Amino acid sequence: MPMFNNNEILDTIRMIDQQHLDVRTITMGISLLDCCDEDPKAACGKIYDKIARSAQDLVKTGEDIEREFGIPIVHKRVSVTPMALVAGASDTEDYVPFAQAMDAAAKAVGVNFIGGFSALVQKGMTPADRRLIVAIPQALAQTDLVCASVNVGTTKAGINMDAVALMGRMVKETARRTADRGGFGCAKLVIFCNAVEDNPFMAGAFHGVGEGDRVINVGVSGPGVVHSALQAVKGQSFDVVAETVKKTAFRITRMGQLVAQEASRRLGVPFGIVDLSLAPTPAVGDSVARILEEMGLETCGAHGTTAALALLNDAVKKGGVMASSSVGGLSGAFIPVSEDEGMIAAAQSGVLSLDKLEAMTCVCSVGLDMIAVPGDTPAETIAAIIADEAAVGMVNSKTTAVRLIPAPGKGVGETVEFGGLLGSAPVMPVHPQSSAPFIARGGRIPAPLQSLKN
Amino acid sequence: MRAIVTVIGKDTVGIIAAVCALLSQHQVNVLDISQTVLQEYFTMIMLVDAKDSDLPFADLAELLQKEGEARGLSIRMQREDIFNAMHRI
Repeated sequence: MPMFNNNEILDTIRMIDQQHLDVRTITMGISLLDCCDEDPKAACGKIYDKIARSAQDLVKTGEDIEREFGIPIVHKRVSVTPMALVAGASDTEDYVPFAQAMDAAAKAVGVNFIGGFSALVQKGMTPADRRLIVAIPQALAQTDLVCASVNVGTTKAGINMDAVALMGRMVKETARRTADRGGFGCAKLVIFCNAVEDNPFMAGAFHGVGEGDRVINVGVSGPGVVHSALQAVKGQSFDVVAETVKKTAFRITRMGQLVAQEASRRLGVPFGIVDLSLAPTPAVGDSVARILEEMGLETCGAHGTTAALALLNDAVKKGGVMASSSVGGLSGAFIPVSEDEGMIAAAQSGVLSLDKLEAMTCVCSVGLDMIAVPGDTPAETIAAIIADEAAVGMVNSKTTAVRLIPAPGKGVGETVEFGGLLGSAPVMPVHPQSSAPFIARGGRIPAPLQSLKN
Repeated sequence: MRAIVTVIGKDTVGIIAAVCALLSQHQVNVLDISQTVLQEYFTMIMLVDAKDSDLPFADLAELLQKEGEARGLSIRMQREDIFNAMHRI
């Protein structure tokens, strides 16, 4: 007879109905290493065919699982091998057609984003890496679904400051080329330090070279559920707060694990990882900032925010890790400003600054994410922000990322609207002092010591 | 394949009859029912077995949902596994 009591059943339904519980994404990773060809046209043909063939059932399978389990699966997506590694074999200077092949294949299979127009240049840059990076602005302007990412540093290699300087210019150029859409191209471009190979979340997903031919990775979500659970323990000690978050994260992750295994079985594609992330949306009641405020902060960004986020991030991992057979990806609380209703409010009120966000990224996943800055911010300043964030990741042996939108023609106090889950971004001030001579140096910041830690 | 059917909404005459009729039409066996009425709000939870159903599971779930919408109720049919995953180790 029923193994559940009615409260448990109604709990689950409340989480889905009122607290925005969902599986954020099922992402199929596809290796394109077997698509290399000297002839760029042939390579693009192979890329299109492999993606279209591999992921043809992905969206339908996701929708079937969604209906049978009654749990929303918001995104179905594809990530591919960093394109610089594939395109490098082709005899061409122009890498935009590779992005177009990805875009066409993504549209054919019905996914809403495809990641992997990427290069890994933490230590050095091949001619193919450079060609890919300089193609990013045009590729993002001319495609709809392609996401690009560049890894500019790792804890083991240090930070490639030539790549950092180049990316500062590419971010500006991407904004310029998509100025008619508020610089939307920049929302599809992530600059990483310590990028992971199995991240299912966009815009930074790519299928690492250490992965198999195909893999299913799942990203869970549920800030609303955590928030709601914390509302029930108002005023109690942090021990209680941490335990409450852990228990909630455990349940959310079990659901993600179930969906991941089911998708893997039905598609006949090996299960990779569950990414234990708290990914907010602009919807009221689905905000990470509001969780931090629930812990007793008047506004996200107030003193205490970093400590609150550290507890949240750690408890989410501790709760989630036991609920899944394999955890990976970015796994942690995300703090994208434009995609989080509470962050937007905190930034608009002036309480949440870029500097505070940088401090917060020391203790959470992932980085300075979906932040609009004035359109006239110099490329060198953007590069310097990237360098700062990469340094945080490099020294702390964690993934950090930058996804900045220098909003064309806009200044502090104005807002850029992206719509949908990308939300709206209040333009935040940057320090006006120049970092240009710093960025002009180039070269490499050496890898840090891993001992004598203080 | 076992599933949980939940019906939530304003209490009216014939809710149980309608849901059970629909389920029996499609050879879904009802294993257990519990229901309560709280402040005029009706909550029914059924454990059913859909292994002999003449419709694919997802279509059956959609049919129930539409039946619910027509009556101003929220009717869901979800595979039992999700509750297992979330509430049992």
